[in-house]
Amino acid sequence: MAINKIVSSFADAMAGIKDGSTVLIGGFGAVGQPNHLLDALTEQGAKDLTIVANNAGSGRETGIARLMDMGRVRRIVCSFPRSAGSVVFEELHSAGKLELELVAQGTLAERIRAGGAGIPAFYTATAYGTYIGEGKEVREFKGRKYILEEAIKADVALVEAWQADRWGNLRYRTSGRNFNQPMATAADLTIVQSQHLVELGDLGPDDIHTPGIYVDRVIHVPYGDPPAAAPLAD
Amino acid sequence: MTATATASTPTADNIKGWSRRDMAKRLAEDIPEGWYVNLGIGIPLMVSDFVPADREVVLQSENGILGMGPLQTKRTFDPWIVNAGKQNVTLKTGASIVGHADSFAMIRGGHLDLCVLGSFEVAANGDFANWTTSLKSVPAVGGAMDLAVGAKRIWLIMDHTSKDGKPKLLETCTMPLTAPGVVKRVYTNLAVIDITARGFELVSMTPEITFEALQARTGARIHRKD
Repeated sequence: MAINKIVSSFADAMAGIKDGSTVLIGGFGAVGQPNHLLDALTEQGAKDLTIVANNAGSGRETGIARLMDMGRVRRIVCSFPRSAGSVVFEELHSAGKLELELVAQGTLAERIRAGGAGIPAFYTATAYGTYIGEGKEVREFKGRKYILEEAIKADVALVEAWQADRWGNLRYRTSGRNFNQPMATAADLTIVQSQHLVELGDLGPDDIHTPGIYVDRVIHVPYGDPPAAAPLAD
Repeated sequence: MTATATASTPTADNIKGWSRRDMAKRLAEDIPEGWYVNLGIGIPLMVSDFVPADREVVLQSENGILGMGPLQTKRTFDPWIVNAGKQNVTLKTGASIVGHADSFAMIRGGHLDLCVLGSFEVAANGDFANWTTSLKSVPAVGGAMDLAVGAKRIWLIMDHTSKDGKPKLLETCTMPLTAPGVVKRVYTNLAVIDITARGFELVSMTPEITFEALQARTGARIHRKD
């Protein structure tokens, strides 16, 4: 039996995700955000989730915001929760219905990378001497002070790619790489929505951004382009 | 360099000093060719408009771009390229893309020559506070704390005083810190000030103001360069 990680329905893509799971969600703003997988997760119904993502969603109709609005999220680990349109996050957080762990963006990326690389914790200068660093173990190396940060290892990662093959080898498109690349490595179950499916061998060995070993399921979602970030000049 | 007598009196409240574009231009002229530079969201990003066209400075964006170019237009539109402020930007010839972990390894590993940030407050010991005015509201931190400790130099570009005239250059920051002891230089609408072991040291100031008036608008002593 040949390896084939491609699934044809969102129900198959989401199968087995349990209540109480920790879920990594790729994307940076609208680019590279696996919105179709998020909507499928909302349909699937898992609740009491911990979400790890750079942003805490925008609007109410789709993505992380919808998942939170449906009451499925208990806790969010995030670097930039408050932004234009983050209404659901603000409502739930101020009502005490959503826990927030605020993490510096680079520390978030490195905690995820470390999780995927089998490193349980690491020292970083980021956030030493600040509110975010309060209460964390401090250690000095060569005259500089660092705080201890623990890795993030998740149950599920939701990733968006530009191209994927049946082994789960992935390529991302420009800024769509962002958190998708480290997150793909740091979960027991990595689920990918890809704009394009390609034949095995079409992605050259030097061109693969995420090797298939990290990927469990791929679903083809050719939704097209993300929206323009802002009105453009002529 | 030294203030000459102008129409403005030292205590006049109508001293506006340099415009934001002037501040960005002064800062841009101080960036040498070959530096790798991260520009924060907002006014710092304006610096890129004033780097001389014949000077190669490589801009990094924390979401994984090295070699960022100007904002896109309708002609160059590609929705897949965004900067840290989630604006659609272009890539320069020679640009490269990495994921978030590699981008912040670049930042935290000390590879950037300079990061330019805006700030609410800065102290004479190099502490600065730019991520939230208060912990009562829900704060968002983004990449500011990583950039603050990772780049070889932090330069701030900010107003010298608040809208109601209170100094933003202080003995001690009152707002939650972004990082302790990292700021090397501050470009304000009134002056360019280095932060050294002695504290604030004047580099230059707008001719609209005298040294005494500048000092009066600053919350800690300003030293003159030897």
